[in-house]
Amino acid sequence: MLVSLNWLKDYIDVSDYTPEELAEIITKTGIEVESVEPVAEAAQGVVVGYVKSCEQHPNADKLSLCQVDVGEETLQIVCGAPNIAQGQKVAVATPGAVLPGNFKIKKTKLRGEASNGMICSLQELGVNEKEVPEEYKEGIFVFPDDVEAGEDAISLLNLDDKIIELGLTPNRSDALSMAGVAYEVAAAIDGSYTLAEENVKESEEAASDYISVNVEDEKANPYYGAFVIKDIEVRPAPLWMRNRLTAAGIRPINNVVDITNYVLLEYGQPLHAFDYDRFGTKTIVTRRANDGEVITTLDDQERTLTQDHLVITNGEEAHAIAGVMGGAKSEVQDDTTTLILEAAYFAPSIVRQSSKDHGLRSESSTRFEKGVDPNRVERAGKRACELLQKYANGTVLGDVVSFDELDRSEKQVTIETSLINKRLGTDISHEEIGQILRRLQFTFVQDGEAFHISVPTRRGDIERFEDMLEEVARIYGYDNLPFTLPAGANQAGGLSLNQQLKRKMKTYFEGAGLNETITYSLTKEPWAKMLVSPEVQREAASPVGLAMPMSEEHSHLRLSILPELLQSLSYNVARKQNDLAYYEIGTVFISDEEKVRTQPKEVLRASGALTGEWLAHPWQQEKKMVDFFVVKGIVEGLSEQLDISFTYEKSRLPQMHPGRTAIIKAGDKEVGFIGQVHPKLQKEFGLKETYVFDLNAEELMEQYTKEEAFQAIPRYPSVSRDIALVVDEDVAAGAIAETISEAGAPLVKDVRVFDLYQGEHLEDGKKSLAFNLLYLDPMRTLKDQEVEEAHNHILQSVKDQHAAELRS
Amino acid sequence: MKERLEQLKQEALQKVEQAENVQGLKDVRVEYLGKKGPITEVLRGMGKLSKEERPVIGQLANDVREQIAEAIETKQTRLEDEALEKQLEEESIDVTLPGRPVQVGGPHLLTSIVEEIEDLFIGMGFEIKEGPEVETDYYNFEALNLPKGHPARDMQDSFYITEELLLRTHTSPVQARTMGQKDGSEVVKMICPGKVYRRDTDDATHSHQFTQLEGLLVDKDVRMSDLKGVLNAFAKQMFGDDRDIRLRPSFFPFTEPSVEMDISCKVCGGEGCSVCKQTGWIEILGGGMVHPNVLEMAGYDPKEYSGFAFGMGPERIAMLKYGVDDIRNFYTNDARFLKQYHKA
Repeated sequence: MLVSLNWLKDYIDVSDYTPEELAEIITKTGIEVESVEPVAEAAQGVVVGYVKSCEQHPNADKLSLCQVDVGEETLQIVCGAPNIAQGQKVAVATPGAVLPGNFKIKKTKLRGEASNGMICSLQELGVNEKEVPEEYKEGIFVFPDDVEAGEDAISLLNLDDKIIELGLTPNRSDALSMAGVAYEVAAAIDGSYTLAEENVKESEEAASDYISVNVEDEKANPYYGAFVIKDIEVRPAPLWMRNRLTAAGIRPINNVVDITNYVLLEYGQPLHAFDYDRFGTKTIVTRRANDGEVITTLDDQERTLTQDHLVITNGEEAHAIAGVMGGAKSEVQDDTTTLILEAAYFAPSIVRQSSKDHGLRSESSTRFEKGVDPNRVERAGKRACELLQKYANGTVLGDVVSFDELDRSEKQVTIETSLINKRLGTDISHEEIGQILRRLQFTFVQDGEAFHISVPTRRGDIERFEDMLEEVARIYGYDNLPFTLPAGANQAGGLSLNQQLKRKMKTYFEGAGLNETITYSLTKEPWAKMLVSPEVQREAASPVGLAMPMSEEHSHLRLSILPELLQSLSYNVARKQNDLAYYEIGTVFISDEEKVRTQPKEVLRASGALTGEWLAHPWQQEKKMVDFFVVKGIVEGLSEQLDISFTYEKSRLPQMHPGRTAIIKAGDKEVGFIGQVHPKLQKEFGLKETYVFDLNAEELMEQYTKEEAFQAIPRYPSVSRDIALVVDEDVAAGAIAETISEAGAPLVKDVRVFDLYQGEHLEDGKKSLAFNLLYLDPMRTLKDQEVEEAHNHILQSVKDQHAAELRS
Repeated sequence: MKERLEQLKQEALQKVEQAENVQGLKDVRVEYLGKKGPITEVLRGMGKLSKEERPVIGQLANDVREQIAEAIETKQTRLEDEALEKQLEEESIDVTLPGRPVQVGGPHLLTSIVEEIEDLFIGMGFEIKEGPEVETDYYNFEALNLPKGHPARDMQDSFYITEELLLRTHTSPVQARTMGQKDGSEVVKMICPGKVYRRDTDDATHSHQFTQLEGLLVDKDVRMSDLKGVLNAFAKQMFGDDRDIRLRPSFFPFTEPSVEMDISCKVCGGEGCSVCKQTGWIEILGGGMVHPNVLEMAGYDPKEYSGFAFGMGPERIAMLKYGVDDIRNFYTNDARFLKQYHKA
């Protein structure tokens, strides 16, 4: 809502405050002021001048030589505007005047002729180019006849005004009018304001002889008032009115339309004027539209209606979409003489529906949607009649013709001083609360410490105690509330075990060299299905899609974090950031329903993607590119951190490198996978070798057991033995290690691969694997012989199971 | 013999003195102290001496041996020290060369902000709660006093999946769920951070996915001044002791009274500048007293119980605190952006 300060001053005395101070007070008491802007940059010394004569400049084709009466004297001024003419009243910057841009006007000579001032265009007076009416764009501004030479032109043009922009929350639709703003400001500064009574002289002739009103859906349209005004002269509205509309962001059209808009701004009540002669019948019928009914609206758009919309008809055809926009057929035109003026209450829901369905949000629909003041509907009609009488020469016929089932009762709310103070933490006195209610102009009856309040209908947002609590608090001042801390029972705050584990995982990944990322949960459909871990894939029907996505880019919920993570890598690589190690812990959305009806399961997963050099900028050493084992090392580290052992099974997964991918199991549960992204997919993302892992973080949290008992540090020494085994190259090191562990139990506590060799001195198709074995008995020192026996048993077992030979 | 021993001693000490390396010393030791050395020889000849002389000479011979051995020992230590010194000198390096890099990652800026706020509220006795990102219309709207057709639903156009399911538009449903799990008499004291989604076109100030963090306290006799006190503590911790807060009336369907909180502008200290649009204040969060309808729907009697709630956007806080000027930075994961904030 744009509020003209000059207009506001008509209603309430704010002279004690600068515009900025006033803005601050309004903001603090309830409505946020978003800006305070002058209409135009300040100009001084500009007055109305009467062009007594206007002749061709003797020495210049395009200049005119004018004698201009500026009140106290007549000045000779040279003017270059094409539209200058004798008899006009124009804006004259007299010598000594200062125009926007600090442009000082001096007496001068132009082509040999004295020029003692300047006749100004609106642009020269600081009006924004786009707000200059078409007819004055190329020349000077011409005042209407009713102004006097010598008057202050800046003030007449309202260029000394300031505009306060209010950011209204949906509950404060009462401030969608100048009257509402005036009530609010009066409460805020403890001033006084009441909406003045309308003053209409009605003719003897009765409106009911011209029109009847028939309402079919009284819930959607509980009040419809029709005023009839004859003898209308359509012409431009007075300058001050046009200025005020412009200040509020409404384009002036003609006096009739401008007056309805002016009252809309003043009272917050939208009105509509129909041309009586073009309306066609003497009957107004408001009803639900028929499905498929068509109307051409004022903007010359043909609109198809349904039963969800309310229309104003002449009994035969629709002439307006109620509360949204009038029809083209009965539009007020220059030759209009008789008006039907509509002042109605349309239910918020039906106007919202029409406005939404037709994509039409107007000053009118915005107000109806939020509910107008039932006690101001008819008054607004009267106010428009008053103005039409004054500024359009109208004759108002006797009595409004109306249908009226409108509830105008005031809501009753009771508040008690003690409860107010209990809820606010304050100590406001009974008297002070009474004073606040008086400032708000709410009538009330006192009963002990209770106030029984009748809430004015303009404040439709106030229904119960808590609403009044806010009213009292905001006028009392939020600034005046004390700072306290909650006094109730204290609980120990903290993180749940899973929250702690999530932080632990993050800390681990970051310590292991990965950067945390956050990517979008909504992705494109192909990506939502891509790089999905097999155990997720088995559970999910298909990715969950949005009913109405905004774009293909973000249409489906992810089943895997990896595609968007690859996208992040891709984004960086395209910007020459080639060495990347990223991880994300986030939710994926799994639904087993082909057509989703219930909430999908949301599972926390920990995923990583790495590419480029593992150690960026090494020196004196070989470059280390990220490979499978770098990533596996990170995953193994996590398994160690959580004390959950993982096993890795080589697998072929879609979009993954067939020879460098493994499923990860924790116990007998699949928890994810690891491997190299398929080179074809790498290429699609513009990536070189890229490795990923994807783990079910929630399952890991499930399997995590907090260490409870202290495990004694072994007091006896362990024995370390190395063995190198020659096996066929397709035998998995993990399988041999497992055999060693089993055969060596219980003495073998740890088996580690420390070398892999293929090539010279070995047969083709063979490889050598070196293991380090740790023997330990926590209860005693091992004897050489025992170790020897266990070792021999191990060698025999690997020979039996894997045809492994001890490397000589 | 006395003279002979004295002479040997002088000779030996001189040779020790002259020895240039450990081998030289070893030679001296073998030459004078070895089994075939002159001192041993002297001792062997003691049989010829008188009973009186024998202990005297014996003592003297031992003294001489000891003095020579000590001299060798001292010299040896010195030589070893010198050798080590020399070796270390040769091992000298250029300490200004770079260290071997250790690969270290770090948290995302939003995580840092969220965890900082979490820790702050944990300190005040709040729990951290989480909830689903795909919500039912009931929890996302209705339980929060936003029945179907409510105009405030316009304020947050949503991503619907079905008529009844949508991506949550705020983290408030977690509040409704948490309250619903209690039996209408237990205290609720929680914050809930999480991802939320709105139908916005991504640009410098809008993101279809962003983070929200909300807090809720429901108890007997919670006061609006408590909200002010808690938010003040939050603002001072998060933005510094020198920042003031101010509450302004506002509107949210799930709170009444509703507030918006501003903090004094850091750039101008409240004087007014372009950052705070000349107001001296910067909007930081919204909140208010829990709406009685919301309490009722969750099974709390609003006559007996009251509460406050607040919600903020970690992106906005990060943008204000660190001057990040484009919200998309949080989601494109540019390595240069991520690494800037590892210390945050």
